[in-house]
Amino acid sequence: MAEFSLPKNSKIQKGKYIKAKGASNIKKLKVYRWDPDTGDNPRTDTYEIDTDNCGPMVLDALNKVKNEIDTTLTFRRSCREGICGSCAMNINGTNTLACTKAMKDCKGDEVAIYPLPHMDVIKDLVPDLSHFYAQYASVQPWIQTDSVPFPDTERLQSIEDRERIDGLYECILCACCQTSCPSYWWNGDRYLGPAVLLQSYRWLADSRDEYTGERLEDLEDPFKVFRCHTIMSCTNTCPKGLNPGKAIGEIKKLIAERHAL
Amino acid sequence: MQYRTDIKKVKALGTAKHGFGHWWMQRLSAVLMIPLGLWFVFSLMSMENLSPDTLIQWLYNPVPALLMALWTITVVYHAALGLQVIIEDYVHKKSITLALLLLVKFAMFTMIVATFFSLFKLVS
Repeated sequence: MAEFSLPKNSKIQKGKYIKAKGASNIKKLKVYRWDPDTGDNPRTDTYEIDTDNCGPMVLDALNKVKNEIDTTLTFRRSCREGICGSCAMNINGTNTLACTKAMKDCKGDEVAIYPLPHMDVIKDLVPDLSHFYAQYASVQPWIQTDSVPFPDTERLQSIEDRERIDGLYECILCACCQTSCPSYWWNGDRYLGPAVLLQSYRWLADSRDEYTGERLEDLEDPFKVFRCHTIMSCTNTCPKGLNPGKAIGEIKKLIAERHAL
Repeated sequence: MQYRTDIKKVKALGTAKHGFGHWWMQRLSAVLMIPLGLWFVFSLMSMENLSPDTLIQWLYNPVPALLMALWTITVVYHAALGLQVIIEDYVHKKSITLALLLLVKFAMFTMIVATFFSLFKLVS
């Protein structure tokens, strides 16, 4: 059955509370912690953050904890400007990028931070994304052609054709949408999920790609595409403002076109 | 202990190359249920009373009988398609999934046959 409650060893316990000394403006950071080496259940540690001495974003606060309070806190981060997708996590109940989420936009005096939902956790805020990456590889996300262009020439694309991949090429594969999708939670082993399908549609919509038919053939499956029940959590959560739900709809339309209705 | 690469797990048994038909019929039957459902409700509302005699009298006419059969089949078919999705989504034990899917299909056929049988019985 679908899992509606956490297994015993994943039940979250109350952890430490660490006060900020001599701070006048405080925001609390409640962070999910789990260390595979201890065998303990996961817990939530709460850190008081002196917002007068901290950068504006949630990632700045996490870095402050790691640098000044607790060096064992583990999370992925890199570009700190919303282009690498490393710091995707669940902040106050919504999947988003810690680096583009401002602390002052988090309501209440406590910011709850958990890893991306329904993924295996490697440590603290680091989820195991290997299945997601393998699914991405399985849709062959590169240009595929039979025709060979003349040497030293480009594959031409009109301005209008180029515009057809706007809203698709911007995807940074942070997996926020993927892990917000209930269908992906219950059937992620077989359902490709919103991020992978948006990336797949990026190549279906590319005027230069010649393997549209083969791609659609490979996608048509009760689980790969048709597990999407248009719940739209994906579009709701995308930190880049993209619309994976619409991309999946477009794939369904292309598959429909192949069939005699 | 199982050693399987992530790609092996993702590719698994490959694509079924179908799935559109189910999705499309679920939507077609849903759209068909709108006019048929409205007809059904309005027909019942416009009756003087809902006694068995009135209903049987009504179903003696070919058009109500035909639309009644169509309405029942559409509802049963749509329900079977929907239940299949729910079972595939939430039931993850293979044997139970299979048993439930067979049960749904069997119930669907039974109800369609029962519909025709009832209508024939009424007019014969």
